[in-house]
Amino acid sequence: MKIKILAFGVAKDILGGTSVNLELINDATVYNLQYLLEQQYPRLKQLSSYMVAVNNEYALPGDSLHERDEIAIIPPVSGG
Amino acid sequence: MTSDIQISSKPLNIQSAIDWVMSPESGGIDVFIGTVRNSTKGKPVIRLEFEAYEPMAIAEMEKIVKQASDKWPVQKALIHHRIGVLEVGEIPVIIAVSAAHRAAAFDACRYIIDTLKQTVPIWKKEVFEDGEVWVAAHP
Repeated sequence: MKIKILAFGVAKDILGGTSVNLELINDATVYNLQYLLEQQYPRLKQLSSYMVAVNNEYALPGDSLHERDEIAIIPPVSGG
Repeated sequence: MTSDIQISSKPLNIQSAIDWVMSPESGGIDVFIGTVRNSTKGKPVIRLEFEAYEPMAIAEMEKIVKQASDKWPVQKALIHHRIGVLEVGEIPVIIAVSAAHRAAAFDACRYIIDTLKQTVPIWKKEVFEDGEVWVAAHP
């Protein structure tokens, strides 16, 4: 399945834009996505941490992804 | 409890935030105002640049306000967060909380700003004379 990933903050610099498209196996999990992203963008591994959000909620590594989900990479937040 | 949560690219208005939380039932209002500091670890900061994942940031701020009102008897709670380019002395965030008694207002206000800084998807970039850095991105 094709998914679109939104990127913010430092993740935008690492991915080279505000979004990227990736091909994932059907029913891939957040963990699968992170593994693939870290292969393609090794600088993600240098971050203090980062989370994946699915449909505006923080997701867990075991959560599965679907083609129309809104998926975002959330690097360490620093609002306020 | 009622709340007013906004993300804006326009300057924030302190007085209208205070006016919004004020009510005849309230005995106290606690306000936190974040301001852009002119240095980080002794290094001069020229400006800050904020960006937000807006729909999720709003959803997370709604959760925080809900948690605060579950913990303390809050009457009104307001979070206004600015995005875009901010110069030294400008205001990135206002939190205002009203309650019947001061303890709840103080505690809820502190909880809201502390939790916002941990969970709400908003990012700031510090711009220095010789470069720029996304705050907290790297160890």
